[in-house]
Amino acid sequence: MTGRVREFMSNRVLAGEGLHLWRGDRHILRGVSLELRGGQILQLTGSNGAGKTTLLRALCGLAYLEEGKVFWCGENVRDNLHGFHADLAYVGHEPPLKADLTPRENLRYWVGMRRALTAAQIDSALDEVAADEWRERPVRTLSAGQRRRVALAGLTLMGVPLWMLDEPTTNLDTAGQSLVTRMLEAHVARGGLAVVAVHHELGISSAVTLHRMVLAS
Amino acid sequence: MTTQAPPTIVPGHPQTPALQAARLVLSRDLRLAFRRPGELVQPLIFFAIVATLFPLAITPEKSQLVVVAPGVVWVAALLASLLALEFLYRDDAHDGSLEQFALSGQSLTGLLLAKSLGHWLLTGAPLAIMGPFAAWTFGAPVSALPAVFISVLIGSIALSLLGSIGAALTLGVRRSGVLLSVLNLPFTVPVLIFGARATQQAIQGIDFIPAVQLLGAMAILGITLAPLAAAAAVRISLE
Repeated sequence: MTGRVREFMSNRVLAGEGLHLWRGDRHILRGVSLELRGGQILQLTGSNGAGKTTLLRALCGLAYLEEGKVFWCGENVRDNLHGFHADLAYVGHEPPLKADLTPRENLRYWVGMRRALTAAQIDSALDEVAADEWRERPVRTLSAGQRRRVALAGLTLMGVPLWMLDEPTTNLDTAGQSLVTRMLEAHVARGGLAVVAVHHELGISSAVTLHRMVLAS
Repeated sequence: MTTQAPPTIVPGHPQTPALQAARLVLSRDLRLAFRRPGELVQPLIFFAIVATLFPLAITPEKSQLVVVAPGVVWVAALLASLLALEFLYRDDAHDGSLEQFALSGQSLTGLLLAKSLGHWLLTGAPLAIMGPFAAWTFGAPVSALPAVFISVLIGSIALSLLGSIGAALTLGVRRSGVLLSVLNLPFTVPVLIFGARATQQAIQGIDFIPAVQLLGAMAILGITLAPLAAAAAVRISLE
């Protein structure tokens, strides 16, 4: 069974062909093309304002492209946006958490909206990111790094094949950064794909296929 | 290969049913509202203040107050509902929740309908309870109060839903309060006219049902079409 699942997963392909995007009179994405298969990570680097976030949002279907198409498993994502989004997890600059809810409640609503969840699954995901007593406190009182960890817990809970992460290591301590690396390695080992925008090189072990793309401003 | 603890990647991953997702959004919004009671009671206090100021400004004479009662109740309810609309999407847009709604693989329209329902439960329904009370203090006969309740209850559904379009359209605008009011004016005026008419007819003891039926038609229009328009506006704001 596992073998069949893996085989299925490695067939998953994210492709972008000649992506162009303008913001006002600034030509941000100038003909970006990419292809990523199951088990691969794409690391996006580039100076501030080079368009890393814009590219991620364009791939997600949040930003509208002037030209070019994004394909998921050979299908134009605009033809089946809901289906594509059901396979996709996007975590932007700021963890999408409600300040007045606890990490547990946040995950229950944020991830529960997408898939059925049990309290035990939420707790084990929070264990994974080393959340201790603060999982019962309102997110308002948590540090930026702790919020980031909650977002990472949500990411694993979604159980989707395609991750799009914008600066996932921001505000994390050393242990947190290696947690991100471990999570990414485990994700691609299961046949997942990840597009990650970062400022610093991801410390991914050589066993994983890591593609690099540098966006020029 | 060892099997790891869930979650694992499963092809054709079972999704939360649409209705369940909408219920989660609604229960989330209600829970959040009760964590911030200040914001929750703000429109209700506003309504109470407006309704109290009128007798002071015009006359305490009940025979004259009962003439303006429908107008006061409805203008106050409309403004209170508008006041609360500003908060409808604002926080969710700031913290990225709206983005996650749009990327959830669920119908954004359905999720926004749930949010509007939450908005109505938190403002429209309490206003419907306060409305008859205000009308009564203005000298409306007790027999007219159920009609005031029903008309505000139904009219506020239309206000919440039609107002959600304007709230979504002004998401990208800083200090959007005034713009939101102006945008919503064309939607709110018919509700105001027929709502005040129903209340007035009930006080005069005339058949008020036709006016309430028109309010109902506007509520249905809001329920069916407003979430679609709001979803389109939210998507534009996320770009």
